[in-house]
Amino acid sequence: MGMATESQFHVLAVDDSLIDRKLIERLLKTSSYQVTTVDSGSKALEFLGLQEYDPSNPNTPSVSPNINQEVEVNLIITDYCMPGMTGYDLLKKIKESSSLRNIPVVIMSSENVPSRISRCLEEGAEEFFLKPVRLSDVNRLKPHMMKAKCKDQKQEKPEEDSEKPDQLLSQQQEEEQQQQQQQQQPNNNKRKSMEEGLSPDRTRPRYSGLTVV
Amino acid sequence: MDSVTQLQGQLVDYTTSLFNEGYLNDQYTQLQQLQDESNPDFVVEVVSLFFEDSERLLNELDRALDQQSLDFRRVDSHVHQLKGSSSSIGAQRVQNVCIVFRNFCEAQNVEGCLQCLQQVRHEYSLVKNKLETLFKLEQKLLAARGSIPTQ
Repeated sequence: MGMATESQFHVLAVDDSLIDRKLIERLLKTSSYQVTTVDSGSKALEFLGLQEYDPSNPNTPSVSPNINQEVEVNLIITDYCMPGMTGYDLLKKIKESSSLRNIPVVIMSSENVPSRISRCLEEGAEEFFLKPVRLSDVNRLKPHMMKAKCKDQKQEKPEEDSEKPDQLLSQQQEEEQQQQQQQQQPNNNKRKSMEEGLSPDRTRPRYSGLTVV
Repeated sequence: MDSVTQLQGQLVDYTTSLFNEGYLNDQYTQLQQLQDESNPDFVVEVVSLFFEDSERLLNELDRALDQQSLDFRRVDSHVHQLKGSSSSIGAQRVQNVCIVFRNFCEAQNVEGCLQCLQQVRHEYSLVKNKLETLFKLEQKLLAARGSIPTQ
């Protein structure tokens, strides 16, 4: 069973406030996570490989398959209140995306508004942290990342429905997935595609610039 | 010349007074805990960002409150940001005024807003002064080759 190479967990932190980005970055790095920070929801989606969000057109179908995600992200932590795309909007985009929905999302907000909290949790957020975020909050992130990783590995079992693309893919499996999509065989048996992926003559580059938009 | 022990005592007393008088809260201690050998200037860096951000927002507020017809949503948005940055560094008294300020925005109370702007300016310059004094003491102590006592 191909497992993602054992590496540090990578967290994508989204906050429009520079001070808070500094803070969350330090908090996460102190906890030995690899961190990427961005200042808006649209930049987060861009980083994740989803097509750019167009604020002038809220109906932009930005749920295209994400076969171009170049960096594995194990968790997204986002501020709620941001100009343009809010943290809630970002959460929804991620949960609507077949390729991203398995990434755990945590929302941070300076305001303790119960309706806001329940809305986010209903939409699939794992946690809701009140700002300022503290080390004790950050300590609660790891179980969510472990859980997501386990779930992904289970999904890689051949007998399971491979409808949901995995987040934690080894290089071989990513190639497999690309092949699957190229071959336009949505019901392709995972075991079969795995054998194909193993054949030595298939040495296509990992990211062949396939952009599905 | 001050001995290291004297300076250390001075620094502890001064820091304690800032907490006791409500200028700083526990969040500031959190910042200190995030500072280590790999990030020796973390607190000063974040607090400097707070200074820059606050000054920008106070100027924005001056302008927003100087209009004939007040855009309360705009005012509130600036105060919201100021509240966020002050709470992120633990500047409790600035944060407290921001909470009152936002209530006046919600109530569309011009007088209340103007008063709060004065107050928040005042509290900001107080805490800025205090923090700068604190940093100077820390530098003095470092120069005297003492280690900064943690809370």
